[in-house]
Amino acid sequence: MSIYLNKDSKIIVQGITGGMGAKHTALMLDSGAQIVGGVNARKAGTTVAHKDHEGNDVTLPVFGTVKEAMAETGANVSVLFVPPAFTKDAAIEAVDAEMPLIVVITEGVPVQDSAEVFAYLQGKKTRMIGPNCPGIITPGESLAGITPHTITGKGPIGLVSKSGTLTYQMMYELKDLGFSTAIGIGGDPVIGTTHIDALEAFENDPETKAIVMIGEIGGDAEERAAAYIAEHVTKPVVGYVAGFTAPEGKTMGHAGAIVSGSAGTAQAKKEALEAVGVKVGKTPSETAELMREILQSL
Amino acid sequence: MEGRSRVDLFEYQARDIFEKHGVPVLGGVVATTPEEARAGAEKLGGGTVVVKAQVKTGGRGKAGGVKLAHSPAEAEEKATEILGMDIKGHTVHRVMIAQGAKIAEEFYFSVLLDRANRNYLAMCSVEGGMEIEQLAVERPEALARVAVDPIVGIDEDKAREIVDAANFAEELKAPVADVIQKLWTVFTAEDATLVEVNPLVRTEDGSIVALDGKVSLDENASEVRHPDHEALEDKESADPLEAKAKANGLNYVKLDGEVGIIGNGAGLVMSTLDVVAYAGEEHGGVKPANFLDIGGGANAQVMANGLDVILNDPQVKSVFVNVFGGITACDEVAKGIVGALEILGDEATKPLVVRLDGNNVDLGRAILREANHPLVTLAETMDGGAAKAAELAHL
Repeated sequence: MSIYLNKDSKIIVQGITGGMGAKHTALMLDSGAQIVGGVNARKAGTTVAHKDHEGNDVTLPVFGTVKEAMAETGANVSVLFVPPAFTKDAAIEAVDAEMPLIVVITEGVPVQDSAEVFAYLQGKKTRMIGPNCPGIITPGESLAGITPHTITGKGPIGLVSKSGTLTYQMMYELKDLGFSTAIGIGGDPVIGTTHIDALEAFENDPETKAIVMIGEIGGDAEERAAAYIAEHVTKPVVGYVAGFTAPEGKTMGHAGAIVSGSAGTAQAKKEALEAVGVKVGKTPSETAELMREILQSL
Repeated sequence: MEGRSRVDLFEYQARDIFEKHGVPVLGGVVATTPEEARAGAEKLGGGTVVVKAQVKTGGRGKAGGVKLAHSPAEAEEKATEILGMDIKGHTVHRVMIAQGAKIAEEFYFSVLLDRANRNYLAMCSVEGGMEIEQLAVERPEALARVAVDPIVGIDEDKAREIVDAANFAEELKAPVADVIQKLWTVFTAEDATLVEVNPLVRTEDGSIVALDGKVSLDENASEVRHPDHEALEDKESADPLEAKAKANGLNYVKLDGEVGIIGNGAGLVMSTLDVVAYAGEEHGGVKPANFLDIGGGANAQVMANGLDVILNDPQVKSVFVNVFGGITACDEVAKGIVGALEILGDEATKPLVVRLDGNNVDLGRAILREANHPLVTLAETMDGGAAKAAELAHL
């Protein structure tokens, strides 16, 4: 088991013919993920050549639409490497095609576009991860995104993080133990899948024995996650928050602070998590140690 | 560092953008010298004006940054007093000469991105003018909060809902709702994350006017579809190293410390700052000198540009390069370091501690070992590298 992504996931890549799309299609195939095709309206009917994880030649079809790609391949995950100006339209196309999971890697998406996509998929059949995220990996089974698949293998830890490189760092620190699924949700102001969504999924995943949650300064997602943990999570959670020594952002309008109801500082987030029994490390290595102790005591 | 993807506008810029989208505003002219202030006051008719310091911080009125002037000569005099003033660490480089208004009533309106609910929130009150945080705490019932659907936006019905919720007098509802819809146009047409008007006023002659506005723009959107927004950036207040980094497409923030930091990914760089600061506690209290994120997939040239910015910071005593290669390849990072040191030659005098892991790490480490540069120390772990860099900065 795992969350959102497993060995049976069939993945297409929107933007498969672009530089980033081609590069990461190759890396995803190398991880053993089932990449079944791609989408580019201007190159419909062509194919792209890659190698699978055993070094065999693979020819992937390029479709004109997500709907067609799903009908032809049975895809149930789409990874988006589409330039930011076109991300909204590509995501909405996938939602309209009833793609169950879309993973938006693209960095620099206008926040009003993300807000519009999120509003659009309410009540529809699609879950969105991202934008501006490293995606999701279920080690040994599948990869939808850009997380290096060579860091570590399968194990009992679930990981959810705003940051890509901190995800990699934490997987590296705990590489001897392994992960059920590691999900990078992205640090943009509007994202499709939150810490809380991932915590809920990990709580319901029998393979996940303990959860690492990585946050960073800004917003109040960590504080809300803490409240959720208190009510709904029975598995042990270890936390890490980056940005204790970061200076306060140059804020101008104060309306944001009223909405979030929190200072958004690392200290405030740490305190909120500790108040509900989450152990919070000062550094990635200390956080890894806390996780190690918890797993040994289980 | 959270605010890096947002551009906050000065009041005079917000005023101009309001005017462009049909929001009623009073005449206003920006001035950078007392002479320009006088000319501005003359242009506005020579009557009573308000001379307002243009700084991106609150409380300028209390600090003496807002003054009434009854003639162009007095406007020049007041501008002389205000220009160059320091308001909470912000030097006043510009004043806005604003037409005087006879205010009958003050209101409040804002619309902003609501991160928690992933939609927008409109806030409105018939009690404007005061600090809105104070109102929100002391009399929350006086501040109407209305959620706005990003797809529907503030149409006629939503504007009506907002003025109803804020309890405007019946005869004011239609004119205020009309201004609110125009402010919504500002929000969407300019890709703002905040449009705030405080105060929104009713003048004695009965018009509704946006007297003071704050606008924050989404930098992602500016990149994608608003090339004109570049002119709104406050380049002169930026630190020269920050400006240089920005010109090279680097995400750099200057801080007050001795250990230069380069890493990839905002989260890992922030974490590196923390780990260096903790290590610094053992080494004379040295602190991180900057935040520098070279981003995903950085190549040798990007690395060299980053190093160039940091080595030009006179406060920097040592540098810690902390890279976990996901997209970024460690051999590219290593090449960038070696290349930058070659270009700098004898000018490079500061020790570098380098920690590489992930994508192509063996190649990267091999390149650095082979170059065997006397200033470069390889670190095995993030903690070890931070400790070494802090130690070197304290020598």
